[in-house]
Amino acid sequence: MSGKPRLTYCNGRGRMEPIRWLLAACSRLVFSTDGVLMFQQVPLVEIDGMKMVQTRAILSYIAGKYNLYGKDLKERALIDMYVEGITDLMQMILMFPFSPPEAKEKNLDSIKERATNRYFPVFEKVLKQHGQDFLVGNKFSWADVQLIEAILAVEEKIPAVLSGFPQLQAFKIRMSNMPTIKKFLQPGSPRKPPPDENYRETVLKIFRK
Amino acid sequence: MSGKPKLHYFNGRGRMESIRWLLAAAGVEFEECFLETKDDLTKLQKDGSLLFQQVPMVEMDGMKMVQTRAILSYIAAKYNLYGKDLKERALIDMYVEAVIDLNELLMTHTFQPADKKEQHFATIVDKATNRYFPVYEKVLKDHGQDFLVGNRLSRADVQLLETLLMAEECKPDILVKFPLLQVIEWTLNGQ
Repeated sequence: MSGKPRLTYCNGRGRMEPIRWLLAACSRLVFSTDGVLMFQQVPLVEIDGMKMVQTRAILSYIAGKYNLYGKDLKERALIDMYVEGITDLMQMILMFPFSPPEAKEKNLDSIKERATNRYFPVFEKVLKQHGQDFLVGNKFSWADVQLIEAILAVEEKIPAVLSGFPQLQAFKIRMSNMPTIKKFLQPGSPRKPPPDENYRETVLKIFRK
Repeated sequence: MSGKPKLHYFNGRGRMESIRWLLAAAGVEFEECFLETKDDLTKLQKDGSLLFQQVPMVEMDGMKMVQTRAILSYIAAKYNLYGKDLKERALIDMYVEAVIDLNELLMTHTFQPADKKEQHFATIVDKATNRYFPVYEKVLKDHGQDFLVGNRLSRADVQLLETLLMAEECKPDILVKFPLLQVIEWTLNGQ
């Protein structure tokens, strides 16, 4: 066995993308193959002799294993809170390609509203208050990876979304220049492109009953 | 200060119920502060108590914790209901996440419009009996132990029990084909 984690999913972002980000951030290489699905669902990640399903379970395991989960229970709690909030925002983006055409503009406005009024202000404030480079414990963690992924995903839809958030702009630059993340942002990495019509059709074909 | 966790939510199950279950399973007494009007929620939002403007919120150990999963993870870890190592934790997380998915279905049933209720009910029963329950039944059968993971009570057992009971409220004979789930329900209820 190669020892590298194996990912099974559609050839697109979806629920696997945060996992690709996190594995890339701690420089674990990834490829895909088939596997057994515990609850008949993907993502599936084969890692350390386990066939793991459930996105959050997978992300938690990776974060715990590669020291991206804080130094104690309280830092972990903070990371969890931040990650969960960001995940709520990402959920809107995840679902966006599947909204009917007449709802798309409204949904885009919702994403913009939530990002700029609910989520980004929180992280802007966190970074401003402690003045450190990373969200929690002055050390790179899962929360930082989740946030940079979210910032880039929202910017793809709303290019000027960070205009009122100087701390987040600086954060984005810092994260993008971290060696493992920089590598992931380059062409040819496992990072997937924004969802297009082809991706949408594939997903509907595979998951529709 | 009483030192007891303080739960902020509506006087009902919703997203706080799993937290109540886990604290109870850990033997931790808690206080509750019920939101009864929109003003109650607005007040919490305005005073900065809610990180993302949302409840549940649990005041505990000097933190104002939000996000159901974050709160559950913290309680589980603090009270040793999260397995003995990373791999047990991973297994617990997988089981728990699926239970949460099923829980969501059960939770949203009350809010379905009248014309969708029957269809939604059918989906719940289908997913419960074809996707989720068989997995836990098999886990218990394969290792023959009393608890889902590591031969010891964990949050996975607590969250599963909560969901089994809710499923039975929905359809009383839903566990008829799952003898081991019936046993674990009976065993845990006695804990």
